[in-house]
Amino acid sequence: MSSKEARRVLVVPGEVICEGEFKVLSPNYIVKVDGKYVATAIGLAQINDDSRELSFIPLEGCYVPQVDDIVIGYVVDVGLTYWEVDIRAPFTATLYAVDFLGRPVNPAKEDLSSYLSTGDTVIAKVEVFDRSRGPIITTKGKGLGKVIQGTIVEISPVKVARVIGRRGSMHQLLRSETGCDITVARNGRILISCPNKELEDILIMAILKIEREAHIPGLTDRIKEFIIREKVKRGLISGEGKAT
Amino acid sequence: MSVTPSAEITVPKLRSATILSMLKKGLRASGRGLTDFRPIEIVPGYVPNADGSALVKLGNTVVIAGVKLEVGSPYPDTPNEGALVVSAEFMPTASPTFEPGPPDENAIELARVIDRSLREIKAIDMEKLVIVPGRRVWVVYVDIYVLDHDGNLVDASSIAALAALMDTKLPKVEVDELGNVKVDRNSRSGPLQLRHKVVTVSIAKAENVLFVDPDIEEERVCETKLVITVSDDGRIAGMQKSGLGALSVEEVVRATEIALKVSKDLLVIVEKSLTRPT
Amino acid sequence: MGRVKLLREDGLRHDGRKPDELRPIRMQVGVLNKASGSALVEYGATKVLAAVHGPREIPQKHLLLPNRAILRCRYHMLTFSTHERKSPAPSRREIELSKVIREALEPVVMAEVFPRTAIDIFIEVINADGGTRTASVTAASLALADAGIPMRDLVVGVAVGKVDGVLVLDIDEVEDMYGEADMPVAVAPSLGLVTLLQLNGVLTREEFDEALKLALKGAQVIYNIARETLKSRYLGVKVEE
Repeated sequence: MSSKEARRVLVVPGEVICEGEFKVLSPNYIVKVDGKYVATAIGLAQINDDSRELSFIPLEGCYVPQVDDIVIGYVVDVGLTYWEVDIRAPFTATLYAVDFLGRPVNPAKEDLSSYLSTGDTVIAKVEVFDRSRGPIITTKGKGLGKVIQGTIVEISPVKVARVIGRRGSMHQLLRSETGCDITVARNGRILISCPNKELEDILIMAILKIEREAHIPGLTDRIKEFIIREKVKRGLISGEGKAT
Repeated sequence: MSVTPSAEITVPKLRSATILSMLKKGLRASGRGLTDFRPIEIVPGYVPNADGSALVKLGNTVVIAGVKLEVGSPYPDTPNEGALVVSAEFMPTASPTFEPGPPDENAIELARVIDRSLREIKAIDMEKLVIVPGRRVWVVYVDIYVLDHDGNLVDASSIAALAALMDTKLPKVEVDELGNVKVDRNSRSGPLQLRHKVVTVSIAKAENVLFVDPDIEEERVCETKLVITVSDDGRIAGMQKSGLGALSVEEVVRATEIALKVSKDLLVIVEKSLTRPT
Repeated sequence: MGRVKLLREDGLRHDGRKPDELRPIRMQVGVLNKASGSALVEYGATKVLAAVHGPREIPQKHLLLPNRAILRCRYHMLTFSTHERKSPAPSRREIELSKVIREALEPVVMAEVFPRTAIDIFIEVINADGGTRTASVTAASLALADAGIPMRDLVVGVAVGKVDGVLVLDIDEVEDMYGEADMPVAVAPSLGLVTLLQLNGVLTREEFDEALKLALKGAQVIYNIARETLKSRYLGVKVEE
């Protein structure tokens, strides 16, 4: 997408990003007015003068579902043949029982709340989302389904890209430095499962630090140092970075 | 809570495209020019039981305005002035989309725009409405009912309100030694004194074209309206942007020029309708 | 009623301001926890809080539109925000202002991004000292930006008045009450659009042109403060060492 030469500017709605001819990769956040590219939200505009591309990292905003997104949802209502799931989007998502159970259900005989009831957590994939109806999610697939253990960390959905990092670099770093299992869902919910409570605490602090400092360059290095420092503080490793 | 309205009645795209492409060429489906009003018909004294009234037809838009004078107490901050109360109702007769019930935000906005137009310039000589200084004054109720809606309700209502006020005659009153007021509606002491005459001119904007007196179809395709109140001495006596869209600064200035010009003809029409021998 | 003198001998206003001077303006965004976006805006003693919820689904499905989000806006005054207690029942003024404020925001909000949803804007006037509707527009637009809802521009409001024959910027309650005219204006400065325009009072053609210019000048200053306020939330974040 964007090469290393992309310039980044903090902009607010109505602010001119640049002039000229560019390919706009984030049409909701960059509009052309009188030949100038104008930001429509608060965020970081990325200007790539070589590839003539403009993209945008919003710093505020809700989750807008896209097909194939992995999301973590909470069951908020149980119907006769489906569940309603809060995925932090403007619309609640629908999870059909036939999809979740892998077989047809007979609403006259079965009570769906015996499988999933309100408050339960699921990891799912957005299967259908078009302008005609709310999103439909599926739990068919590897790693999808009901969540029975772990901890959920919530961050702003627009900061998810930073927790994943370029080509997954940040996600990789967090995993290798803490030894935790981390599932980053697109809707800003992160499921973590750690070897011990101390590492979990460090990971949560690191994730929230990423959210806070998402717009400040040098994030990956800072997070790496942060985790090492915290581990030293807790005696998990010695000062030289070796495991004790 | 104020909610983005849904298009009550959809104008077919083929139709709206025609209207817009004509407007861009300075033409209108009705054959009118951009600054032409539809024919205006004013019937003063339409409601004999009112103290003043007028039926106004602006093209197919029909509005009736009536004035009732009641003896009341002055406002504490203006003890030696009468009072003015303007209200408006969009009747279910006027459109299949109008529901009976208390006035909605559109009716309230219309009434308040007309209220301010009359109030701010002191169109009515309020000091002439004192019956017992500091205690009893005339309260002027101007009530506007929209009977048939074919667009530009504000201008039709402003013309009706002005005509009704010009038609208003004060009932005779007797005040006894105790300050009690007795009203005799069968005889009149004279006309309501107006210091200024005002009309609104609503300027509609579509495709950067400005035009006056939109009919209902034009209203549905236009982006926004700017209502400008003009007085008989050529001053701007009120303004209100109404509708979803916006105007450039240049368009605001241009709209003002149009309103100042067009308002003169409107005032002449109202004046004529009331001086015509009946 | 004694005539209140609004301009002093030295040409300054009753509170010491120059005719084209704004009151001290303060803005904060993200002041509420549960709202999608929020802002607190003060023009002098006028204090307005705005909160945005959504875009979201609402139970009143019949209100929703297939091609865009609807905006729902309520301008509301707290009962103790005014000198005389304001009745808690919605007044005709509040109903009208809810409409004109919504219509001041409609031109900039990219509602088409969120079809079949509602974006709710709640405006609470905490203290009223003139210019509450224009401060409301500024606060609402900041709250929308804070909620991350795409907008073509920020909208800011300011009122111009005429007192003792002189056009003055950002009138307060006294100047509104005893002055000759009050002209609230809201603009999207980068787009060059006027999105709210009302005139309560009487102006000549020349005065109107002058008043509009004065409003645009004041709006530009408020616009710059609004932009800085939004940015400072991020520029102010210090890297934790």
